[in-house]
Amino acid sequence: MVFLKRGKQMKTVITATGNNFESPFDRRFGRAAWFCVYDDQNQEVTFHENGFADAGNGAGTKAAEKMVELKIGKVISGDFGPKAKDLLDKFEIQMVILQEDDIAVGDIIKRMQK
Amino acid sequence: MPRRRRLRKVVAPPNFKGYRPYGSGRNAVDYVELFYEEYEAIKLADYNLMNHEEASSLMGISRATFARIYESARRKIAQALVGSLEIRAVYGNAVLDKSWYSCLKCHVRFTIPRSLNQEECPVCASKEIELLNK
Repeated sequence: MVFLKRGKQMKTVITATGNNFESPFDRRFGRAAWFCVYDDQNQEVTFHENGFADAGNGAGTKAAEKMVELKIGKVISGDFGPKAKDLLDKFEIQMVILQEDDIAVGDIIKRMQK
Repeated sequence: MPRRRRLRKVVAPPNFKGYRPYGSGRNAVDYVELFYEEYEAIKLADYNLMNHEEASSLMGISRATFARIYESARRKIAQALVGSLEIRAVYGNAVLDKSWYSCLKCHVRFTIPRSLNQEECPVCASKEIELLNK
């Protein structure tokens, strides 16, 4: 039997500017270029392009809906708009605000694995 | 009796405790107290470039009240700059719009949804966390 060090297993989204581990973290949520999905159950990482990054409006709402669709448990980003915040709150998705600019997505994942 | 002051919603508290001038040749500096809601008003209007209408609805106050808070914020900052005073961020009449926690170890801010029954930092798993809205 495998006991994980961490409590609940879930999928985490980290907003990213590109689609690999070296890509810098994107501080915007709705308008982030890519969503990096990290599954801490099997340590798998996938990248999803954000199709609404250049949408005229409602990018935050659409992004939040996508989080629900992907069954995400927590989102790490730099800032959340009011609408995205309300939605994520409603669907009980944990929001994490990281105020660092030059950090790569891979480094954040490493920090979580520690 | 004056009318009760409505609490102003603040999305996130300032990331600093204050600002202090340097090179002014004085050591014991006076200070101005910048309220959280004044910081928020400056942030919404001048950083996020919202108009006063949007910003006021976000903070749950009328446009006129927003304008007043914004003005007092600007005056305090001007006072501090001209008089080389320290700026201190104080709570004021603010209410943080959700239960946000802060990790004392890695300084991220985060929410804890009800379904998630764990009181720890989501990034570094430290148990040393602090509730931001008291």
